[in-house]
Amino acid sequence: MRTMTFADAIEDVLMEAMTADPRIIVFGEDVHAIRMNLYARFGEMRVRPTPISESAFLGAGVTAAMGGLRPIVEIMMVDFIAVAVDALVNHAAKIEAFSGGKWKVPMVVRVACGGGYGDGGQHEQALWGLLAQVPGMKVVVPSNPADAGGLMLSAIEDDGPVVFMEHKLLADYWLDYLADGGRMNLDYDIPEEGAFGPVPDVWQPTPIGEAKIVREGGDLTMAAVGVGLHRCLEAAARLTEQGIEASVVDLRTVSPLDTDTLCESVSKTRGLLVADEDYKSFGLSGELAATLMEAGIPARFARVCVEETIPYDRRREGQVLPNVQRIVEVARQLVDPGSLVA
Amino acid sequence: MEPDGVALYSQMLKSRRFEEAVTALWREGHISAEMHLNIGEEGIIAGVVDHLSEGDAMALDHRGTAPLVMRGVDLVLLIKELMGEEDGLCAGMGGHMHLFVPELLAASSGIVGASGPAACGFALANQHLRPGKIAIAFFGEAAMNQGMLMESINLAAAWSLPVVFVCKDNGMAITTPSRKVTGGNLCTRAEGLGAQAVSVDGADVGAVWRAAEKAVERARKGQGPTFLHATCRRPEGHFLGDPLLRIVRNPVDELKSKVGPLVRAATGSGGASVGRRAASLGSIMDMLGRAGKMRKLGRHDPLERQAKRLSGAERSGVDAAVEGEVAAAIRAATERMEAGP
Repeated sequence: MRTMTFADAIEDVLMEAMTADPRIIVFGEDVHAIRMNLYARFGEMRVRPTPISESAFLGAGVTAAMGGLRPIVEIMMVDFIAVAVDALVNHAAKIEAFSGGKWKVPMVVRVACGGGYGDGGQHEQALWGLLAQVPGMKVVVPSNPADAGGLMLSAIEDDGPVVFMEHKLLADYWLDYLADGGRMNLDYDIPEEGAFGPVPDVWQPTPIGEAKIVREGGDLTMAAVGVGLHRCLEAAARLTEQGIEASVVDLRTVSPLDTDTLCESVSKTRGLLVADEDYKSFGLSGELAATLMEAGIPARFARVCVEETIPYDRRREGQVLPNVQRIVEVARQLVDPGSLVA
Repeated sequence: MEPDGVALYSQMLKSRRFEEAVTALWREGHISAEMHLNIGEEGIIAGVVDHLSEGDAMALDHRGTAPLVMRGVDLVLLIKELMGEEDGLCAGMGGHMHLFVPELLAASSGIVGASGPAACGFALANQHLRPGKIAIAFFGEAAMNQGMLMESINLAAAWSLPVVFVCKDNGMAITTPSRKVTGGNLCTRAEGLGAQAVSVDGADVGAVWRAAEKAVERARKGQGPTFLHATCRRPEGHFLGDPLLRIVRNPVDELKSKVGPLVRAATGSGGASVGRRAASLGSIMDMLGRAGKMRKLGRHDPLERQAKRLSGAERSGVDAAVEGEVAAAIRAATERMEAGP
């Protein structure tokens, strides 16, 4: 078993995959700098910096995939996908259906997401709910180095469009690039086990659409992706001290959602708390509640999500993003509705 | 080189007869919702696609029938797709705006301007996998006000992608005169983004063919993208049932329900000055007048113009063959319909 950073795990998988398959190309803004090692190894034709024209190059990714390549298109931050969402919503997601199943779009869209470093609400969103809403899109959000590598491998091998979302608190180069800028005097609440950890000696694809129960407890189930997963684990550790045992489910994939694993856990605990860094309304958290209702599983339900534009000010930002304290309070109330009064 | 005038005429005629049959099926209610035709722009399509061969890609807009007909796609499959049949070209999932033929690397989109990025992606795949093969983007002049298309021209120029951007200019952005919503000159704009630009009369299929020959050759040699601007007229306007053309064709019936509310709106209290209201009404009349002129192809008909260049013998042979082929396809595609449920 090797250990690696989250960022190195992805790069390691890409090095192997790009060596084995010349159809894999990477393009996006600044990739010669952000993916300097890949650029040095594979050259400009395969690691190609683009103009700041997301609509053009994300749209080009769709037909490059249809034309026989296996493109990995980098949209620096998921927020910028709003500029080019036509390529995903109206094209990548629909072509297999529109063509009567004749034509597939094997494209990976690699994006950074998430907040916690004071960049403001136009550069720190999650938006996985928005992307996962459209039939035909797969959306994965790894929470640790092993899954980062394994899900990237699956995304590359998948014959349809996959959005691969890496949280900026987990992938160290993003914090260096966007937040520190060479300064050593800033602190972030980085989940250590998410940013660095064991990876398999030989990469195996992590199946898309399989959640993982990472902690077992009988009083409630917590579900999350990415950094939210680590906030749940920390909250679960604190709840143990208060006599509450939580199961924690790492969903890993937003779409397709592993409803079986979720239902299996909640049917035991009869309570679900979703900690979601995406927006509260019309998103992942509501989808999980609907999943339980459709499955006929009676359960208490609560969610800790982002409910407003993420503030620039880091103190307020920390309150708006799901934090451990909020999760603990909501979990206590879920397990014992009278607890906050006491 | 010189084009094969008979072959180009034959391609245009096949597309024209096919779309006339489509029009009839649409009017009878067998084709749902919108139906955008290529009638009037066949000279542009034929002059360009005649240069394509296996491995060349086509990024099509919402008017994809003519390029596919001219590249030899099975007419029965096409018409069945337009009618939403499960054994249609795309299993009845796409319809006329979303026609896909992987073997021809041909993909349509109903989003204005989307053929720009699509052509770049196909061209990128060709640059890597099929050197010497190119990609065509078909779009109207109104798409040139769409950001993604202009971004695409820049991207193609920056990466020397083998793309020919074919702008079919009928002067109308749906029902809005394009000159009213467009700054500058489109060829100059494309040149500003790094493409070579050339402008031709799209009703002259030979002129289009010769311009396309140069553009395609440049692309094949890796010398970068060309913007091929070609003018045209579309007698059916934006789509079948174009609201302006309905008024032009049948003013009494179409205006009956509209005149009352329009007069009340234009004379009601509150709102713009009398002068501005008069200007609005004038603009509406101008729009209708423009639509009225466009519905007549006249000397702008690429098919008629090419027909005049051919001898009677050349024409009659083609006419009989093409009309027979299209009629047989329509019969085959609609036999189930006629047999009843």
